[in-house]
Order: sequence, then structure tokens, then C-alpha cells
Amino acid sequence: MELVCPAGSLPALEAALDHGADAVYIGFSDATNARNFGGLNFNDKNALRALERIRARGKKLFVAINTYAKPDSFTRWQGAVDRAAALSADAVILADIGLISYAREKHPNLALHLSVQASATSGPALEFYRQQFGVRRAVLPRVLSLRQVQQLAAASRVELEVFGFGSLCIMAEGRCHLSSYVTGESPNQNGVCSPARAVEWRNTASGLETRLNGVLIDHFAEHENAGYPTLCKGRFIVDGKRQHVLEEPTSLNSMALLPELKATGIQAIKLEGRQRSPAYVAQVVRTWREAIDAVLEPGTEFSVKDRWRKTLAKNSEGKQTTLGAYDRPWQ
Amino acid sequence: MRLALGPVQYYWQRTDINHFYETMLSTPLDSIYLGEVVCGKRHALRAPDWLELAQMLAQMLAEVSDKQIVLSTLTLLESNADLSWVRKICSNSKLLVEANDMSAVQLLSEARLPFACGPAVNIYNQHTLAYLMSLGMVRWTVPAEMNSRQLAAVLNACEKKPEVELFAYGHMPLAYSARCFTARHLGLDKDNCAYRCMEYPNGLPLESQEGEALFVINGIQTLSGKPLNLLHHFPQLCERGIDILRLSPQWQQMEQVIDAFDRARRGDLHPQLLPPGVDGYWCDHPGLELIARSGTGTPA
Repeated sequence: MELVCPAGSLPALEAALDHGADAVYIGFSDATNARNFGGLNFNDKNALRALERIRARGKKLFVAINTYAKPDSFTRWQGAVDRAAALSADAVILADIGLISYAREKHPNLALHLSVQASATSGPALEFYRQQFGVRRAVLPRVLSLRQVQQLAAASRVELEVFGFGSLCIMAEGRCHLSSYVTGESPNQNGVCSPARAVEWRNTASGLETRLNGVLIDHFAEHENAGYPTLCKGRFIVDGKRQHVLEEPTSLNSMALLPELKATGIQAIKLEGRQRSPAYVAQVVRTWREAIDAVLEPGTEFSVKDRWRKTLAKNSEGKQTTLGAYDRPWQ
Repeated sequence: MRLALGPVQYYWQRTDINHFYETMLSTPLDSIYLGEVVCGKRHALRAPDWLELAQMLAQMLAEVSDKQIVLSTLTLLESNADLSWVRKICSNSKLLVEANDMSAVQLLSEARLPFACGPAVNIYNQHTLAYLMSLGMVRWTVPAEMNSRQLAAVLNACEKKPEVELFAYGHMPLAYSARCFTARHLGLDKDNCAYRCMEYPNGLPLESQEGEALFVINGIQTLSGKPLNLLHHFPQLCERGIDILRLSPQWQQMEQVIDAFDRARRGDLHPQLLPPGVDGYWCDHPGLELIARSGTGTPA
């Protein structure tokens, strides 16, 4: 079971390698990847350095080019695939059908992984990408219950990678327009959700307000922790009730399911967080390395150690974690 | 310009569904989409019932008009039951099917059947469009967040163009989740939802704490809080090479919506016949904005 770790910078990449990553995924510094944040990601020079460090440790490099290519700048997305191929990346992580087709034709030996942004949740959907393009691995959306993951894995002819830990998208990835509805920028086309330029923190007489392009996302009393204003984690009014209508600030943590995921033949666990600091990457990667080593240890019974739980909670949104959709009652 | 009635997004009672489509038969629509597109748990009509209704309508229409009936598939598939629902719809060999996810695209292209792609299939550029057309796609409904300029860029770059359909009126589907938000609001979990979304034939309005209509929750789906309304832009929509405008079913006054668009295509455009709604996406703005107000057309 491979541990696939995020890096938004060279120091984060070093941290991932130091603490037990089997593979690290990165993106280029533009809208071609789904974590297109200022000051983050890799130019060609840094990508080359990343590759050297990864090769020196005998690990793998994946390049995420997982947004949908815009009609008037398709060549930028093609260029990103060419750059990843020139680096001899171990795989590219793609979502756009036109781009996957390009990658297959132009670079027949480049391994293709299907991004979570492609939202493939069924056997036939996975088969589509395998038959058409020879996609080798797919990252499953965070919308399936454990039983559904197991059913899918039993029939799948592509390797499956699932999310282990990190920010929780509660909507099917690649099919959420909430951010563009309010801000004009979307994960699909711009690689951002709730972009920082649209965020406003406003101190008022009755407490702190967070706004996104002027829209009130939440209002915090003095004793409350204010979170980054993403639309699916705001407090809104339905039927006169003020609540977290969609979801509370929380992170996904599937560590408790590692034995089941291993038994069902899941090939890789993905950690989210290219936008996070090297310190975050170090702590989360180390914790998951220990857990995966423990679950792979023959003849021992796996349980989530208190120490691991605490470290992950500390690194979570709202200091809490959830099994998310893996756990049917959450749905 | 042709007019299409999109699939019903909400959970309506069977008698209401039947009555609704009966009413729609006498409107000047050119295409009618039918089928459950949101939640595979909704059982007032299951796959065989939708097939039966669609085939019955098609038969009735065959004798009197050239209205087309299209079957729509589920958007987010999770369970084997969802997949078997989609298989049933796709294995109908008589009516065109609108694929709302790649499972349906795979089943239809394997069966060498022509298919339409709904707005939740991510076709954002000419290369993806051409690829899917090579597999049998004949009609494309443009993703909600695509703007006028982008659509022009795609169509200008196309050697071969499919029929192009644009969502032009109604609350826009914006997101799909594993979680049922209606059940959550009512303190229920999805497995014990008691199908309570049926109590909200227009969905449940979600407002900001300042009372701004932001979204509508509809089971696992989130819709725009205000309806999209592109009636104002009608002249430009014709110039853009759009073949079909999609009007999304609403519980009341659907005939008025159809009538306003039908008048427009007969040269009698009156934007004030409908509430203003929003048009931000089309004008390259955030989707919730209203750009073209009374007395103005599409901004350059």
C-alpha cells in the first residue's frame, strides 16, 4: 500500500521524503492544477530539483495537472503534460478527457492516473478511462461509503487510490460550482475553491464575520474559532434555523479503516494538503507512515494509536476529524 | 431556436409528475427530458416507470407532433442499485439518452448508441468535445459555469459541431454530495430519510445570515438560490450557434416560462415577462450576479 503525499514547495517535499512518503505529488505554478494558490507549487527549475531529490531516495514523483483545460489556452495544459513527461515523472494525474487523450497519444509511455476531479464512481466509469486511454490508477472521490469502495475494488481493473487524510470536500469533486457561483473562480477551471482574493475577515461590534466576495459565510462569537470561509462549511439559515447546513469545519481521516482498505486491495492512500506547511506535511506523513507500516505488519492486530489520533486532530480543520462518506451515517 | 424541458430535479409525487408532463405536451416545447437525475433512492418512479412514461409520451407524440422525448440518467452514482438504474435507462434502444456521468457514456458508447451529454459531464474545451463526439455524442449541454466567450471559443475551434444546448432558465444544479442535506436539516440520516424531500417540491431555500438567497438544497444536490434567466440575452444566444435552450422544470408557472421564450423566438421578446433571475456565469461574472438589466442586452 503506497503512501502518496502532497508537496506545494521544495521544503514540503523534503519533509514528505524525510518522514516516509512512497510517492510525492506536485503541481506547476498555474491554473493547470487544483491547488493554484499564490506562492505555491513548482516552476521548471524547482520541479527538476524535486525530481532529483525524489530519485536520490528511490521514491516516485507524480504531477497533478487536474483542472479542466480552457478552450482558448489548451496549449498551456498540453505544455504542462509535456513538462511532466520531460521530467520523466512516474505519473501524471489528469481529469480532462481532451488532455488525457493528448497525453496518451503524445507520450505513450507516460503513466496516467485519473484525478479525483474526474469523479469516476462506478465500474463502467473506471472502465471508460482504462479502455480509452489505458489509465492505470484512479483516485476515488470522497463520496463513497466503505462498502461501496469495497464493491468497486472487487470489480475494478484499474488500481485504486483513496483519500486518507486532509481537507474534506463534501461535494463530488469536479462537480461543484459553489465557488464559481459566488466568486467567479472554480476548482474545475481555476484550480481554486473560495479564492483568497475574495475572502474578507471583518471585525464588528458583535464579533468576527467572514465573507466571500461580500457574501456572509459565517459570524463568530468571541469564544468561537473562526475558520477559513469555504461555502460548504459556512453557517446559513434554512427554515429559520441557523446551522452548518452542509458541513462543519472538519477534516477527513480514514485511518481507522486501514485494515479494511488493505484487505480490499486498495493500492494507495493519498494525503491531501499541497497548500499546507512543511511542518504539517512532516507530522501527517510521519503519522501515516507509522500507521501503514503497522497495518502491513503480519500477524498483528491494527488499532489507531492515541498519539496518531492526537497528531491528526491537531492538524485538522476545526480540530476535529470525520470518516466522512466512508461512514454511512455521516451521509 | 428549439426549446427543451430539462429533467425534473426535485422529488414530486407520481400523480404530480404525470399531470406535469400531460400539461407539457400542449406547450410549444421541442424536446422533453425525463428521468431521475438526483437521487437513486427516490422511488415514486423507478427506472422501469420512467421508461414506461417516456415511451408512452413518445408514442402519443409520434402521432401529433415532432416533439422529442429524451431519457436522462442519474448524475452521481454511488451504489450498485444506482448503476443498475442507469443500465436500465441506457439499454433502452428507442429513445435518445442524456448521459449525466461517465458511467452512462461508457454504457452508451459500448452499445454504439448515440447519446447526449448533460451539464454535469465536464466538457470544457473543443478537444474533449471532439473525443466524445467520436464515441457517439450528438448533443452537448454546456456546463453551468461556462461563459459566452468560452462557448464561442469551443465552437469556433470545432470542425464538427454537435447540437448545442444551453441551460437558459431555472435554478442551476451546482453540486452533488454523498450527503443528503434535506435529511440532515431534518435531523435524519440518509438511510432513514423517509423520502422527506418530497415535502419540498421547490427544494429548501438556504439563505445567508443576512437573508440573501444563496442556494436551494434538494436532497444530495445544491442548486443556485436564484434562477438563471437568459431571456434578456436571446438575440445573442441565437448568434452564438446555440441550437436548443433548456428550461428547467419548476413546480408552478412552467407554462409562463415556456411562453416567454417561445415569444422571443417568434420575434416578440419581453424580458419583463419573467423575474430577472441571474446571468453572471454567461457574462463571465460570478454566477449569482445579474448583469443584463432591463433595457440592456448582453454586455460586450
